[in-house]
Amino acid sequence: MLEFPLWKKLWLWGVTLAFAVLSLPSLFNVSGLDWPAALPNPQVNLGLDLAGGSHLLLEAKADDVRVQRLTNMEETVRQLMRNAKPRIRIGDVSTANGQLSFMLNDAGDIDRARGLIEPVMQGATVTREWDLAVVDGQRIVLTQTDAGVDQAIDDAMVSATEVVRRRIDELGTREPTIIRQGDTRIVVQVPGLEDPDALRDLLGQTAQLEFKLVDLNALPENVQAGIAPAGSEIYPYAPGTPQSGGFEAVRRLGGIRGDSLTGAQASVDPQTGQNIVNITFDAQGGTKFAKLTTENVGKPFAIILDGQVLSAPNINEPILGGQARISGSFTAESANNLAISLRSGALPVPLAVVEERTVGPDLGADSIRKGLLAMGIGSLAVIALMVASYGRFGVYATAALVLNVLMLLGIMALGGFTLTLPGIAGFVITIGAAVDANVLINERIREERARGRKVIAAVETGYKEASRAIWDANLTNVISGLALFAFGSGPVKGFAVVLIIGIITSVFTGVTLTRMFVAGWLRRNRPADITI
Amino acid sequence: MKLLKLVPDNTNIKFLKLRVPFFVLSIVLIVGSWAAVLVNGLNFGVDFAGGQEVRMTFEEREQAPIPGLRELVGGLGYGEPVVQEFGAPNQVSIRVPLPEGVEDTPGAATAIGAKVIATIAKQYPDARTDGNDTVSGKVAGEFRNQAILALLAAMAAVSIYIWVRFEWQFGVGAMFALVHDVSVTLGLFALTQWEFSLQIVAAILAIIGYSLNDTIVVYDRIRENLKKYRKMPLAELLDLSVNETLARTVMTSLTLFVALIPLLIFGPPSLFGMVAAITAGLFIGTYSSIYMAGPLLIWMGVTSDSFVPTETALDRQEKIARGEA
Repeated sequence: MLEFPLWKKLWLWGVTLAFAVLSLPSLFNVSGLDWPAALPNPQVNLGLDLAGGSHLLLEAKADDVRVQRLTNMEETVRQLMRNAKPRIRIGDVSTANGQLSFMLNDAGDIDRARGLIEPVMQGATVTREWDLAVVDGQRIVLTQTDAGVDQAIDDAMVSATEVVRRRIDELGTREPTIIRQGDTRIVVQVPGLEDPDALRDLLGQTAQLEFKLVDLNALPENVQAGIAPAGSEIYPYAPGTPQSGGFEAVRRLGGIRGDSLTGAQASVDPQTGQNIVNITFDAQGGTKFAKLTTENVGKPFAIILDGQVLSAPNINEPILGGQARISGSFTAESANNLAISLRSGALPVPLAVVEERTVGPDLGADSIRKGLLAMGIGSLAVIALMVASYGRFGVYATAALVLNVLMLLGIMALGGFTLTLPGIAGFVITIGAAVDANVLINERIREERARGRKVIAAVETGYKEASRAIWDANLTNVISGLALFAFGSGPVKGFAVVLIIGIITSVFTGVTLTRMFVAGWLRRNRPADITI
Repeated sequence: MKLLKLVPDNTNIKFLKLRVPFFVLSIVLIVGSWAAVLVNGLNFGVDFAGGQEVRMTFEEREQAPIPGLRELVGGLGYGEPVVQEFGAPNQVSIRVPLPEGVEDTPGAATAIGAKVIATIAKQYPDARTDGNDTVSGKVAGEFRNQAILALLAAMAAVSIYIWVRFEWQFGVGAMFALVHDVSVTLGLFALTQWEFSLQIVAAILAIIGYSLNDTIVVYDRIRENLKKYRKMPLAELLDLSVNETLARTVMTSLTLFVALIPLLIFGPPSLFGMVAAITAGLFIGTYSSIYMAGPLLIWMGVTSDSFVPTETALDRQEKIARGEA
């Protein structure tokens, strides 16, 4: 066991130093010194709890997707029936319990209606998204299949993730992390964010923009009571608008959805000094908008955002250039937020913030400073204890300990792992527990010497006999570390990472490296007795 | 140079003589801990209870105005807030319960947080917001389930590992020691009402790993001695094994302890609970390795034969065939 051929020594030193050197950029950075820009610069990522920033967990409700699919299907069916030649008249349309059902006025149309609907029931994929049933020969019932809903949720989440990414990019923050998690969730992490409220507002907005004509026939008292005339629906005014608390009745059909926008800019109306948002439609949207405004000059139309009326201005003249402006009692900030949201597209499904964690940047820096101080003092105390107890062997253990910390940091930098606040605790535990291997070995050597073995034999037995317990003890530690990693979120995961990597590097440095140190010394000096 | 020896050579403490009273004590501790958990409950942080937590530092004060804050935030009408010192005397954590049903209203919880912060900032201009956590009831419930699952999975996995590497009695002994450690730590949190969060679960899992280190080192020595001293009575052999590894146990506990103490005193306040749990677990785990894991082996009837390969009928036939028997 004391044989260390040159190649093995070189290999061990090579691995150790390679990883230890990787830790230098991170150390430089923490100490406030500049790392030369010309050199490679792998750095330990600081978690949000150390760097400051926001963590948001967004969740879409499956029910929202269900309802939305039904609404879309209703629209599609109405359009198909209207465009059919001759037109198929339908009535008694209802969307409830995940089903769309409607009655044909003429039972003889049933086969034609089926023929029109069946092609749209199949999505782009092979999954069957709807089931069609005919009841009493005259009523068609479309039921969403679970596979169809799952597919729709998945599609919605993919594009929602993209929309979230675009919106956050607009904020101009550094290195945001946006990850889809599970079926219906998105994790957003933005380090070093100054204003978490802006982020939340931005993501909380679905930005579903609609223009709908105001129903001038509705009786004001009915509207306030929430009763809509046939063919209309009631929307509340958005909070913060002058009409806040009031309602507006608008025509269900014939409006325009704002999903065909090509641009949106916040600006100020030069005449009134109001904050407004200028929007630009694509060709198709522009044509539709021109048609709507031409046909309805002099009438008011409601600008509706996420189911709330922003304003209901009169159409003074046809708007033909594909450009429009949205007014609605904005502040400069909310106008800008809306512009960003509109530019990056509407979320296909509303996202609710189900978890939010924000850490101020001051606290993070403070935590790092305190954590490092504690780590420094702790290390010194451990080193003093080891050297006092095991003399030369303690010095070797100490050298291994220092290399262990550097390697751990280096591997974290290389692997792009994140150092979190609990991760600092993980470092300290690693420092305290890493010497365990050396304690086991050294105590065993002590014992073997006391039993009268010769120096080299005692050292050999010490390493050999202790290795078994070291192996078992560390493997069980890794197992509980893995359990921690599997369930942990964010900062706790950071703790698990440090623990697991620390166990691996500490066995390497504590057992293999110290054995090389000890072997080298024994071979050079051939001591007849050792102090241990 | 004279080296420091914390445990004198040839120490021979009769640990196992007191195995019955200490085992009874352990059982009492476990039962008492669970009673404390049931009666007092754990002071769940937002991770597990859901709700809104705001952490603040009062930069121009020695002492955070806790009663004033309680009144101020309580007056907002969201229910009774929990206002606690958090680390330094001028730092507080304020927890506001979420009103019923608000989990399903996007943005409502965060709006409450913003309101709390704004209200305090108005009254106390020196308040610096350090952090702001919102966890919905549903997510908190998931965290709870995941935490319980992680603890159970870790305990089962390591017990199975020990069963495979040693013998079933050792696996059961380790499992009992773990149940003891986890229970007593939970009991400690129920009694002190320290905030119980995800970090504390991480601490408990770290304790599981650490306590097992101790147990395994003792078990390893027991296994070795069982092979070596075939005729020694088990209680005596356990004592011998514990004594032989005592120097290591004390030294390792001490190094971890001296590493943890600065973290308790100088470390960031938000780590205090976690480090306190690990420090407590250090003692609890060392104790359980000696007084739970050891005696159980006696009662479950571990013998020297446990580690001698048993002769199967097939071996016997082969021996006869070779003319050895």
